[in-house]
Amino acid sequence: MRVVVDKNSCQDHGQCVFAAPGVFRLDDQGHLEHLTDADEAVREEVEDAADVCPMQAIRIED
Amino acid sequence: MAGPVLVVGASLGGLRAAEQLRAAGWRGPVSVVGDEPHMPYNRPPLSKEALVGAAPFASLAFTPRSHAADVRWLLGHRVAAVRLRDGVAVLDDGAELGFAALVAATGLRPRRLRCPGPAGPASGRHVLRTLTDARALRAELLRPGIRLVVVGAGFIGCEVASAAVRSGVREVVVVDPEPLPMLRPLGELLARALLRLHRAHGVRFRLGEGVAAFEGDGRVTGVVLDGGQVLAADVVVECVGAVPNTEWLAHNGLDLSDGVLTDGQLRMGGLPDAYAVGDVARFPDLRHGGLPRRVEHWSMPGDSARHAGRALAARLAGTDAGLAPFAPLPSFWSDQHGIRIQAFGAPELGTGDVRVLDGDIDGDVVAGYHAGGRLVGVVALGGPGTAAAAARHRARLLRLPLSPSPEEHRP
Ligand SMILES: Cc1cc2nc3c(=O)[nH]c(=O)nc-3n(C[C@H](O)[C@H](O)[C@H](O)COP(=O)(O)OP(=O)(O)OC[C@H]3O[C@@H](n4cnc5c(N)ncnc54)[C@H](O)[C@@H]3O)c2cc1C
Ligand code: SF4
Repeated sequence: MRVVVDKNSCQDHGQCVFAAPGVFRLDDQGHLEHLTDADEAVREEVEDAADVCPMQAIRIED
Repeated sequence: MAGPVLVVGASLGGLRAAEQLRAAGWRGPVSVVGDEPHMPYNRPPLSKEALVGAAPFASLAFTPRSHAADVRWLLGHRVAAVRLRDGVAVLDDGAELGFAALVAATGLRPRRLRCPGPAGPASGRHVLRTLTDARALRAELLRPGIRLVVVGAGFIGCEVASAAVRSGVREVVVVDPEPLPMLRPLGELLARALLRLHRAHGVRFRLGEGVAAFEGDGRVTGVVLDGGQVLAADVVVECVGAVPNTEWLAHNGLDLSDGVLTDGQLRMGGLPDAYAVGDVARFPDLRHGGLPRRVEHWSMPGDSARHAGRALAARLAGTDAGLAPFAPLPSFWSDQHGIRIQAFGAPELGTGDVRVLDGDIDGDVVAGYHAGGRLVGVVALGGPGTAAAAARHRARLLRLPLSPSPEEHRP
């Protein structure tokens, strides 16, 4: 499962980190880092992360 | 039971309720009725990126999850009344819709000032809740040389002031009867810091004063303050709070005194197949003493719809989801003059005892809000990294014990 974040709209809210900590994290400067290829087992978490992103910047590509 | 689930309100709460029903395995029909003409869209940018033109209005629509593709959308229709016990909803055109279960997601509408003076769509008096509102306001902000008066120094009023400055409006005045902006939600320490921020960007404030009337013939030309002084104005935005859309729920024996009262599973009036989600739901707040509250933050529709969707899908399948009572950790953010405010928990319940946890108030700061000596909320204010700074304290809030649910108190 490919995880795509639109870096133009992402504003480092970090809500995705709470929903799917294994896939998203904020670095020392508070900027988002994430896996672009995530395991199928965490699909539900990544879907929740996409839901809670205030900028709706996260897309899942199967 | 195979009858349709009817969701009333086609915004974030309605969309997430429909999606979560599907995610929880409900395969039967789901219809969403909404009185706005648009598919659900994201409201926070309406007072931020979209109002300054940095995000096109068309980009705000949510992308529904693929498994919710067969949800039926009845847009541009208002539910005028409902008979919950009979499973019948009546639309504004008189048409009736039957349902086996219902989710109320009708949110809020802006409160309007009732004072003498010009009123109506062409009066130059605006509110900001919908895409239509934001388009109209943006068009006015782009008119050269306008003088803007924002009534109400809450979050939306302060965001509008910030967006107006960024859009090139040179005269922006914010009026509020409170002595400081955002005082009720943030308390004095942060409210003072934000007042300084706004002033540094050229926003003027008339605090401790209310609006008595508007001047003008057909279109507003001035705002009359309580003391009699008149502020010249070409455009006014009224950001004085919001009222829950619950009229359609009347005559069902529900407590509609402030939104609709639910139990800990988000059911209305103890009915097994009627739920409320989002801004309109007043639920027992188990994280903060158990008293029922409404919480008007973007995180609520998603969190409550996840709970209600699961509970309802299980109920429709004849099982019990066995969910613990709904006990979200609210969070909200705001963007003003390039500064991010990020909150977790319920800072508004702890404004009497605010302590700096990290940083200092003249720069990036994280403040802790306490009630009865206990941490109830954290708010971070600052530049990039603010969200991460607040997040470090979020875990502490999550560890706090919940109050027993009101149901458990019953003999
Ligand atoms: C300008 C603005 C900026 C915001 N910024 C932030 C922010 O920065 N951070 C934050 O945390 N929160 C913010 N919020 C709050 C957030 O947007 C709300 O919490 C969220 O929209 C609530 O979603 P909801 O689905 O519960 O209700 P709503 O979004 O209010 O949707 C309810 C829908 O139901 C419709 N409806 C009402 N009655 C009926 C009826 N009888 N029949 C059919 N349809 C009906 C309404 O027209 C509306 O479309 C902001 C809100 C606004 C308006
Ligand atoms: S929640 Fe959205 S905006 Fe925030 S860091 Fe994650 S992707 Fe970016």
